Amino acid sequence: MGSALTLVAFWVLFALIVASALAVVFLRNIVHSALYLVLSFIGVAGIYILLEAEFLAAVQVLVYVGAVSVLLIFGVMLTRRGNIRQSNLFNGFAPAAGVVSLALGVLIILALARTPAGPPFSTWPADTVGALAEAFLGPFVVPFEIAAILLLVGIIGAILIAREVKENK
Amino acid sequence: MITLNHYLMLGSILFVIGLFGALAKKNAIAVLMGIELMLNAVNINLAAFNRFLNPDKVVGLVFAIFVIVVAAVEVAVGLAIAINLYRQRLNTNVDEADWLKW
Repeated sequence: MGSALTLVAFWVLFALIVASALAVVFLRNIVHSALYLVLSFIGVAGIYILLEAEFLAAVQVLVYVGAVSVLLIFGVMLTRRGNIRQSNLFNGFAPAAGVVSLALGVLIILALARTPAGPPFSTWPADTVGALAEAFLGPFVVPFEIAAILLLVGIIGAILIAREVKENK
Repeated sequence: MITLNHYLMLGSILFVIGLFGALAKKNAIAVLMGIELMLNAVNINLAAFNRFLNPDKVVGLVFAIFVIVVAAVEVAVGLAIAINLYRQRLNTNVDEADWLKW
């Protein structure tokens, strides 16, 4: 990929991600927030493609864009009440939260400005899927199995918590 | 020339926006959205560090995929809690979810 094209693609994705993340936080209608969240996830998938991690981009689109955002919209629809235009307001801690977040952001940006630029883009295995498969079934096989158990426990826990409780008569 | 620091800057800005959303929102589902943004920022960092600093192993990508798995579980359980909260209180306002406060 050409260097100039990478530069343009990075800054376009940067603007897309930051603008849609700001829209997620600052819009007052939670359905709009959820839709901008999808846009932000797609931008992050583009960043993974720029980093030549195509499998991660595919997982991002499948899990985040496909599943997590649909689940969030499902939750919005199940818990809607009152005026939808005023459904995503700030709580009483918003000024303090703004100060904390801004301070953290300034701190990180200052630290980054003092950091020397890292090594340049080096070569990378063309077949990251194969390398990932070897990593998952080699050194990371125990975490891989635990992740499967975690998914099962999460599903059972979600069903148990969200289940309608029958009243005793 | 896009260096590692550009990706770290993107990740930190996204993390800060997500942190603000998670701390400042009233609706429990909006708080979950902020947490998802923060996890995405972490994943950008993991993938970028892996790509620039350690390109002969894919450890960062493995970690990013584990983060995605845990995020999927977290959003499922979080939404179950939000739906249960809604059932009890008829709203998902985190300001009013203070039953554990003494």
